Amino acid sequence: MINPTEIKKDFPILNRQKNGKPLCYLDNAATTQKPRQVIEAITHFYETSNANIHRGIYDISEEATKMYEETRTTVQKFINAASPTEIIFTRNTTESINLIAYTWGEKYIQKGDEIIISILEHHSNLIPWQVLAKKKGAILKFIPIKKTLTLDLEKYKELLSKKTKLVSITGMSNALGTINPIKEITKEAKKFGAHVFIDAAQISAHQKIDVQKINCDFLAFSSHKMIGPTGVGILYAKQSILKKIPPFLYGGSMMTSVTLEETEFAKPPQKFEAGTPSIAEVVAFKSAIDYLEKLGFENIQKHEKELYKYAIQELSKIPNINLITPPEDKSGPVITFTIKDIHPHDIAEVLNSENIAIRAGKHCTDPLHKLLNLMATARLSFYIYNDKTDIDRTVKALKKCIKIFT
Amino acid sequence: MDLYSEIILDHYKNPHNKGNLKNPTCKANENNPQCGDTLAIELIIEKNKVKEVAFTGAGCAISQAATSMLTDHLKGKNITQIKNIKPEDIYKMLGIEISPGRTKCALLGLSTTQKAISNYKNAKK
Repeated sequence: MINPTEIKKDFPILNRQKNGKPLCYLDNAATTQKPRQVIEAITHFYETSNANIHRGIYDISEEATKMYEETRTTVQKFINAASPTEIIFTRNTTESINLIAYTWGEKYIQKGDEIIISILEHHSNLIPWQVLAKKKGAILKFIPIKKTLTLDLEKYKELLSKKTKLVSITGMSNALGTINPIKEITKEAKKFGAHVFIDAAQISAHQKIDVQKINCDFLAFSSHKMIGPTGVGILYAKQSILKKIPPFLYGGSMMTSVTLEETEFAKPPQKFEAGTPSIAEVVAFKSAIDYLEKLGFENIQKHEKELYKYAIQELSKIPNINLITPPEDKSGPVITFTIKDIHPHDIAEVLNSENIAIRAGKHCTDPLHKLLNLMATARLSFYIYNDKTDIDRTVKALKKCIKIFT
Repeated sequence: MDLYSEIILDHYKNPHNKGNLKNPTCKANENNPQCGDTLAIELIIEKNKVKEVAFTGAGCAISQAATSMLTDHLKGKNITQIKNIKPEDIYKMLGIEISPGRTKCALLGLSTTQKAISNYKNAKK
């Protein structure tokens, strides 16, 4: 079982005080805080092994290369990919999605082809496909949501056809917390021979992922949303696909031989990792995965569910609050809401005065907010170090907010 | 300093010059895509001076209060004076410290007003 009081001690930033109150961090869907173990891994790398990778014939370079590649193997096992060569390090989930749009998309999407995404998508899983579709004369289609704020899977099945070349779906909505049935969605897409991209930026922090069980072709997530450093994105792609697609960026490290006229590209994953990557951050990402696996994803989920239930129960008592949440069993640890006649920015500002960090705005999901007829919303998102005290403080601050504005 | 001072809350809850004008000389709309705030400003200009001003829109307390205060300030001012209003003047009116994240909210009224004034000048050309 998870003990958030003990976990809090591992996260130095949570000691940060404002007017004698410690930081209550509830914006985990944006980014997570980092434990001492991850921070120390970065420091340790720079103090003992810093060198560029895949080139130096000297101890520290070989050591740095080994550590960098160890994270690749750790990630492979973490998501149960068939081979470490299916793991590509990028800067973030956005770059991972763009990598596939610019390589696989450029090569295989043709005029009249159809790409299906959902209305729940973060802009990063919308804009790359929108731009690609415009460029190619392809058609972008959207899975709608039901009143329950979950995907309408019947409508999804109706959208699928032989024209469908790609289905790109988030595992969990960053705006509403809705968890999507990615395995089922993939299975349906495969009936029509479509490729499937899973945006796992949110879900990877909360659920164990098994790419072989899901049977998706591509999956992307970011280290920073799961207590790892910023600057590290992961792209998983099936080996058979990686062999067929062109490089994304050109330059150092991604080739085997170069003349003034021609370049022979390296094999995946190096082919897709041009230039010096975020070496220290990739190395430290292993410590983040180790930390989460030690806690265990079953325990993480149990803790989040318990906290979610408590938060919903307490928030529901606030007058004039409008909770914009899917059914409990289909939601991750995200609670989005509005309060009548108080702008979400003002809510966030009052909470900030109590040293509580939440998100206010449209959460990079403008079309979803437009559909729901919401100018903006406030969002709480929890993680392993949050506890009931954090919820109690938030509820108290929301009551203060209502007092100020009414 | 308290961001939500009494004067800001008063302007937010009871905004001045909120509504529409009959036959405005010029108008402009703006929005703040980050937070979804919307604002429309209408002006009646006579002899190069603001005779009437009104605004509509929805947004946070800072953007609404700043616009309410600004519209009071605009009355009787000539076009050059309006063009010369600086962000600092708005912060001074609000009387609070504006963090970088809220500058857009504080200045939405000003940018919309100045856009309306340029619309007026362009129409006259």
